[in-house]
Amino acid sequence: MELIYEKCRGRKAFDFGLLDVPEASFPEMLKRKLPPELPEVSELDVVRHFTHLSRRNIGIDTNFYPLGSCTMKYNPKIADLVSNYPGFTSSHPNLYYIESLIANLSGAMQIVYELENMLSEISGMKEVSLQPMAGAHGELAGVLMVSAYHKHHGNFHKRIVLIPDSAHGTNPASAAIAGFEVREISSNSRGTLDISEFKREMTEEVACVMLTCPNTHGLFEDSILEIADIAHSKGALLYYDGANLNAILGQCRPGDLGFDVMHFNLHKTFGTPHGMGGPGAGPVGVGEKLIKFLPGPRVVMKEDGSFSLVYPEHSIGKIAPFLGHFLVAVRAYVYILMQGGEGLKSISRYAVLNANYVLARLKEFFPPAYDRLCMHECVLSTEKYLEHNVKALDFSKAILDKGFHAPTVYFPLTVKEALMIEPTETETKETLDQFCDAMIELANLAVHSPQTLKEAPKTTPVGRLDEVKAAKELNVCKQATNRDV
Amino acid sequence: MHWIPATDSDVEKMLQVIGVNSIEDLFCDIPQDLRLKDWKLPPSLTEIEITKKFSDLSSRNSSKKICFVGGGYYDHYIPAVVDYLSQRGEFVTAYTPYQPECAQGTLQAIYEYQTAICRLTDMEVSNASLYDGGTALFEAVLMALRITGRRNITVLPGLNPLYLQMLKTHMANLDVDIVEGGDPAGCACVIAANPDFFGNVNDFTSLAEKAHQQGALFIIVVYPVSLGLLKTPGEMGADIVVAEGQSLGLPLACGGPYLGIMATKREYIRKMPGRISAMTVDNDGRRGFVLTLQAREQHIRREKAMSNICSNQALCALRALIYLSELGKSGIQQLAKYCYSKTEYMKKQLSKVKGANVVNKSYTFNEFVVRLDKPAEFVVKKMNEHDILAGIPIKSYLNALKVSSPRKDYMGVEFGEEGDLLIAVTEKRSKEEIDLFVDKLSESLKD
Repeated sequence: MELIYEKCRGRKAFDFGLLDVPEASFPEMLKRKLPPELPEVSELDVVRHFTHLSRRNIGIDTNFYPLGSCTMKYNPKIADLVSNYPGFTSSHPNLYYIESLIANLSGAMQIVYELENMLSEISGMKEVSLQPMAGAHGELAGVLMVSAYHKHHGNFHKRIVLIPDSAHGTNPASAAIAGFEVREISSNSRGTLDISEFKREMTEEVACVMLTCPNTHGLFEDSILEIADIAHSKGALLYYDGANLNAILGQCRPGDLGFDVMHFNLHKTFGTPHGMGGPGAGPVGVGEKLIKFLPGPRVVMKEDGSFSLVYPEHSIGKIAPFLGHFLVAVRAYVYILMQGGEGLKSISRYAVLNANYVLARLKEFFPPAYDRLCMHECVLSTEKYLEHNVKALDFSKAILDKGFHAPTVYFPLTVKEALMIEPTETETKETLDQFCDAMIELANLAVHSPQTLKEAPKTTPVGRLDEVKAAKELNVCKQATNRDV
Repeated sequence: MHWIPATDSDVEKMLQVIGVNSIEDLFCDIPQDLRLKDWKLPPSLTEIEITKKFSDLSSRNSSKKICFVGGGYYDHYIPAVVDYLSQRGEFVTAYTPYQPECAQGTLQAIYEYQTAICRLTDMEVSNASLYDGGTALFEAVLMALRITGRRNITVLPGLNPLYLQMLKTHMANLDVDIVEGGDPAGCACVIAANPDFFGNVNDFTSLAEKAHQQGALFIIVVYPVSLGLLKTPGEMGADIVVAEGQSLGLPLACGGPYLGIMATKREYIRKMPGRISAMTVDNDGRRGFVLTLQAREQHIRREKAMSNICSNQALCALRALIYLSELGKSGIQQLAKYCYSKTEYMKKQLSKVKGANVVNKSYTFNEFVVRLDKPAEFVVKKMNEHDILAGIPIKSYLNALKVSSPRKDYMGVEFGEEGDLLIAVTEKRSKEEIDLFVDKLSESLKD
């Protein structure tokens, strides 16, 4: 398909009309020399180009998308519609910081206030800030608070963060950016944290333990209370990576499990769209110890019911310019209100049911990493097909030809030839059956006609792409043809 | 219970296949004493109830007032095609293009976005976007620290105070000194903004040269719309460009989501954070796109990654691309010219008002500071009664951000007196609205 830059014929799409004030002259020395070579196409060209591009994508709206660890559930359209109300889209955020104009944002502050309170109740954390702009950004905010907390108490020796080997890569990366040294803890034969190794590593120097629960093997850390006790006894704080919150929603709460700080992924658990990779939102929740360290400012309700902004006493400061990804927050709030308390509890029930159903149907063909019941996702392995020279990658390509997005492959890193499948609660049994049937068919093909899988995908807009060539040539920008750059 | 399709008969059959008696049995790994008894959450609402509640909340925001507030985020017009096209489900409900064969729409759009950013800034490479302008600046600083191996950075006066505060938060534990000044000696980078927070426009070519002589990188923060007119970062010799991309087709939206723009020189591409889309071919020789240089990223490198960023603002970047495609080469120039001309018109009209004086000593683009002989906060309050959002009263604004005032611009002019008001004018402001502003301002100053 042509690039939009290849469709340029000197046309114009948009015009701002006549200038209604005198045109002012601008000094040449401060001007750019040449105009930017942006597209010169008609408006219909623009519409067709992007419509065609969209048709070279699949999304939840078009296909089953069982991408493990990403919670690709249905994104309710009512939430999109409401987030587009003009009071939400058109209000200028700098009014938050202008005393005589802040009342113009009363509706926004009320939403932030109410949603933060609701997320507190959902998670069992004492307070929540919507500021962080993505899950990884929430992690960073969380570990920065942990650091500020220890420094405040004079514990400068606490410079280590313990993270299981099954954790998302963002955990160690966030801890490193917050200035910590990262130590990895192994998983045991049941797929959960190796407690004896954990005890050995759990010294006075440990500032924080970051856990995902259920972990990325899709398993609940059943020793969580013991882990929390050990960590707390050494003065460390416990971080909850909320990526897998969908599994335990309404069944148990991170705050009650002993976690001191956590982030939510509104784009996973609370049904806001993933948007091809963003924007998401990663609110951070804290227990009693960290309330004074939350990012500022925070929305508080005054006695007369109006809202204002305050900075917590030892706030780490601004993690976002304003109060976070507001339009994402609106969507999540709509989602939570429409589910209600009971609806939220059924999410985890059906998410776990669907994952176990897929596991039960596929485990004979793709042995699970750990043969036990799972939570919201299951981790299977295609290792046994290596003898036919078929890899997890080949399954991920072949399943595209069957009309499904692929599961996550090669993650978690602890499992060889991993296939991580998260069906979510919004899929029907028929869809799950069609997917499982297709996977089983591929398992048979892998034995009897491995070449079929090697050649897949054949039905997608392009076939397998040459990543080596991409990395070697690094063509990441279309050079303008009519000038020397 | 919304959006859960399972029927009783489905559940029964599924439990049978799994080999358990009830859904409850599936939660056996969660110790009983940890199970939630109850929570205080309201009963579910219907769509009709939701639309009522949120219409009401939306109307409690006053979004119809005439906006002269800027400060890094601007009230630009968004052409209809931007919303229309960016709301397609194939874009909105897709995830990160981990399977490139079924995500060519995303990957080609990112490639085209990277191209648009390079052409707008005259830089060689761009990433697929970061969260916002402030975090993009933070990531640019991390890049400069990695490239130079130095531990200090310097910031020219005039940087948006929001960015300064965000930088301080994010860098709290990196043992890096942030020096406000602008002397690059011994620093990893020098950071300048064009236009700066007070609206001043400059040519930083000699500063870039000075930085390079001292072994420092030159990082410039820009306002994308202004590049329809202003000398570009590439022309000035910038090493890294960052910008808040909100002005490119994203709504103000009470604070987000926005778009973090980052572009750099080709030699630094391996040190750049974030996703990058690259052109390649498939096994039949057809053109296609993939994410490249992923070994820089956290899912491969973990604690040694260039950044902890896992996502990008793909949908926001798509909006920016559609916006720039719709405006095109002529539209972006027209837009910049209109913003500039309307601002100059306003300055001229204000020069006739007694008790109001423009403070800036250099050229400005679409924002400037006027010093009033009454407190700006008072005037803003008065103007609000006439449904005009008059601008940012600098002193109280800095106070709200916990930034010391007064603050200087790069020329040493001090801003932040009680009467200083920062005013932004976009293409959306008509001559009538500007005249009304000037009238009402004169009235407020007489009160």
